[in-house]
Amino acid sequence: MSEIAFFGAVEIGLVYALVALGVYLSFRVLDFPDLTVDGSFPLGAAVCATLLVAGVNPWIASLVAALAGSMAGLVTATLNVRFKILHLLASILTMIALFSVNLRVMGRPNVALLMQDTVLTPFYGLGLPDHVVRPLVVLVVVVVIVLLLARFLNSEFGLAMRATGVNARMARAQGVQTDFHIYAGMALSNGLCALAGALFAQTNGFADVTTGIGTIVVGLAAVIVGETVLPARAMLWALVGCVVGSILYRLAVQLALSADAIGLQASDLNLVTAVLVAVALILPRMRLKAASKKREAVR
Amino acid sequence: MTITRLFLAAATAAVALTSAAAFAQTKTVAITAIVEHPALDATRDGVVEALKAAGYTPGDTLKVEYQSAQGNPATAAQIARQFAGARPDVIVPISTPSAQAVVASTRDIPVVFTAVTDPVGAQLVRSLDKPGANVTGVSDMAPVAEHVALIREIVPSVKRLGVLYNAGEPNSVSLVKALKDEAQKAGLTVVEATATKSADAQPAARSLVGKADAIYVPLDNTVVSALESVVAVGQQAKLPVFSADTDSVARGTVASIGFDYRQVGRQTGEAVVRILKGEKPGDVPVTFAKGTDLFVNPKSAAAMGVTIPEAVTQRATKVVGQ
Repeated sequence: MSEIAFFGAVEIGLVYALVALGVYLSFRVLDFPDLTVDGSFPLGAAVCATLLVAGVNPWIASLVAALAGSMAGLVTATLNVRFKILHLLASILTMIALFSVNLRVMGRPNVALLMQDTVLTPFYGLGLPDHVVRPLVVLVVVVVIVLLLARFLNSEFGLAMRATGVNARMARAQGVQTDFHIYAGMALSNGLCALAGALFAQTNGFADVTTGIGTIVVGLAAVIVGETVLPARAMLWALVGCVVGSILYRLAVQLALSADAIGLQASDLNLVTAVLVAVALILPRMRLKAASKKREAVR
Repeated sequence: MTITRLFLAAATAAVALTSAAAFAQTKTVAITAIVEHPALDATRDGVVEALKAAGYTPGDTLKVEYQSAQGNPATAAQIARQFAGARPDVIVPISTPSAQAVVASTRDIPVVFTAVTDPVGAQLVRSLDKPGANVTGVSDMAPVAEHVALIREIVPSVKRLGVLYNAGEPNSVSLVKALKDEAQKAGLTVVEATATKSADAQPAARSLVGKADAIYVPLDNTVVSALESVVAVGQQAKLPVFSADTDSVARGTVASIGFDYRQVGRQTGEAVVRILKGEKPGDVPVTFAKGTDLFVNPKSAAAMGVTIPEAVTQRATKVVGQ
């Protein structure tokens, strides 16, 4: 693995870490399986790219992109909470609607940003090579968001949100307005995914309507891999686990890309990635089993 | 023992020397496509063929590396980074998103894109004649004007031309835009029907019945993968279906003038060879794919209620079903 490939994997892992954090919020904290992210990720890319082409400041464009993602999350939450549509179905409806919305936002399926100024532009040419600058900038964004999110989830409001996910009835009995917390959590979750989309568009030079495909799978894989390699005790570590999981997932893809050395073809990529992630998930469990067997044998 | 050691040393030195010599001449070309697809695969094979023809032998003086993103743009981005790190002599990205990801990843490794419809719109190059920087390539903008002319020759009564495509595919959208311009010049109106997934192709085709006098299917991955269902609608409604690609003619469209994507690949490979021989990518103009074949399918035409004029059959490269 070359240095550029390694930093590239880390960079894309960090971008998708925001998706993982979003998925952690919906899937783990709120217990809300949310497929909206397959639409909110490209929505963020689309909004950001369109604004950049119109000459808006890149940071403002990224922020507006995140807000657009939050709105998408609110739509899913409304369908679920207000109109009692099953969460999975509600999120699928929003996701497919977003495909058309994204086409409308961009006016075409692909907006190029290769010649536009992005949040990264001011950091290029400061002496570090581009392939190091990109992950560094994204890392700073991710660290800030992880710290803010940890603080948020440990606040009274955040604790009420966590209670909503664990046991809504109990939470309501304690005076928590669970509906409100679902709205807030879904908005936050999809806002993060849209921000990831905005960063992806800026680091890769394009927004494309197809960029959403499989986002939820990548996010879930990152969350679960993270939980496996970094069994969480505190909220902060659970969030760090999402980031680590996302980077590990990308390194697994990187390994799969080099698998031709052992006779595999380019077309086997998805299979190899799936196997690598599955192994990452199974190994710790087997180790645990072996350890408990040993303990029994000692007894 | 000394003799053995001496022999071993000599052998090692010889191996080292020959491999060093081979290494000095070996050129590496890294190819990536967004997805596996007959046209994209043929393009890749064409690139390698052209390199072979120019004297670069794979496994000897040429190392070809190929990666497919399996339809995932994040993977495409990662492949771009991998190639940028491996520092091949030339990177050949096939399709628009792959090309954009590669161009975003490197400012110095030569890039020769291919199967990109609108390279300027995709911001891969600033101009076609003098691309500048490290990027050049081949555009596969379909010969839309020729298509419109062909449709009018086979269906002289055509006034309204239906077009069936996925509005989510960049190449299709550029092509439909070009089609509207050409249709206007020819005095035709374009009626659009869109399908976001293969399963929507048939209902979309049906929506054109009564609204169009002929259906045109651009090289759209979504619609082409459900082509048989569109052909079925054409036969039931006696509505002739034309395609932008020649491969689809064998699957039941009336006729097409299209690229042999292997030929597009060869044309791309020729640009790659120029760069391997020392030219700067920025000095190599972007070219449009050449080599148009005319395919006709008289049997399908009859089933859809039209007859292909003798003049067209005469000049066809291939008459399907004979």
